Amino acid sequence: MWFEFLIYILLAIGVFFNILGGVGLLRFPDVYTRLHAGTKCTTFGSIFITGSVILLGLKMWYLGSTDGSVLAIHTAGALVAILLTNPTGAHAIARAAHKSGVKPVGAVVDSLQDKSVKKTVKKKEEEK
Amino acid sequence: MIAFVITTIICFIIYLLLTTGSGTLGLWSIEEILLGLILSLITGFVTRNIFVKKDLRMLNPVRWIIFVWYVIGPFFVGMAKANFDVAYRVITGKINPGIVKISPDLKTDLGITLLANSITLTPGTLSVDIDEEKNDLYIHWINVKEDVLKGDSVDCKYICGNFDKWIRRIAE
Repeated sequence: MWFEFLIYILLAIGVFFNILGGVGLLRFPDVYTRLHAGTKCTTFGSIFITGSVILLGLKMWYLGSTDGSVLAIHTAGALVAILLTNPTGAHAIARAAHKSGVKPVGAVVDSLQDKSVKKTVKKKEEEK
Repeated sequence: MIAFVITTIICFIIYLLLTTGSGTLGLWSIEEILLGLILSLITGFVTRNIFVKKDLRMLNPVRWIIFVWYVIGPFFVGMAKANFDVAYRVITGKINPGIVKISPDLKTDLGITLLANSITLTPGTLSVDIDEEKNDLYIHWINVKEDVLKGDSVDCKYICGNFDKWIRRIAE
């Protein structure tokens, strides 16, 4: 009984953080700040959701079903994949956005912009 | 030779994890174990030079123990903080963004990958680009503290806390 209660609590925490990520996507002004919401909240929420699925699998395994072991171990594999690919994907999107000229809204400082400007100036000087 | 052995063992472990519950010998059937062994020998032979590069320092189990402790300890705490930070900014809308440069001074590819991914998942920061010659990272910072912007790059401790020290212990 208490074990199922724990599963439901983990599921609720995970869904809460995923909803937070969705709200952040709607409220933030540009692609970089939206990526902040999109990566951190979905990864953290997914940890709790996969955690609840793993606990359910362990419970089924304990009660004698081998399907439970498949569920638990495969979900743990999915969790590792999420942890590895989610920040990497966000990094790729942010890099592509900056390369295609999207400027951060209301930026106080933009070191990367300075760097690419310097590079193009250098190139032009070399061409001359 | 040692690269072949390492790749084969890791392939075999992954195969076993993906085929649990198939039989009565432990969790596996004898056919699955034999097929997995043959397939991982072939895979290990073909991909040995891709998976294992020259240096073998990640074979040290102490590094793996530190890595696991890092993920469930400081990294998880940082991630929890990051989520409450994002929640606060979603609700209030207070942002002060900017892209800054840090020089963590890590040398290996694995180290810089770990640091970039850690930075993305911890409070208020997102890695945007990397300078591959000097291993400098460009970070989108959602709440720039303007008094620390001196000179070219920002001190690492404002962005990633003590993560660079942990990663130096793991990967270098």
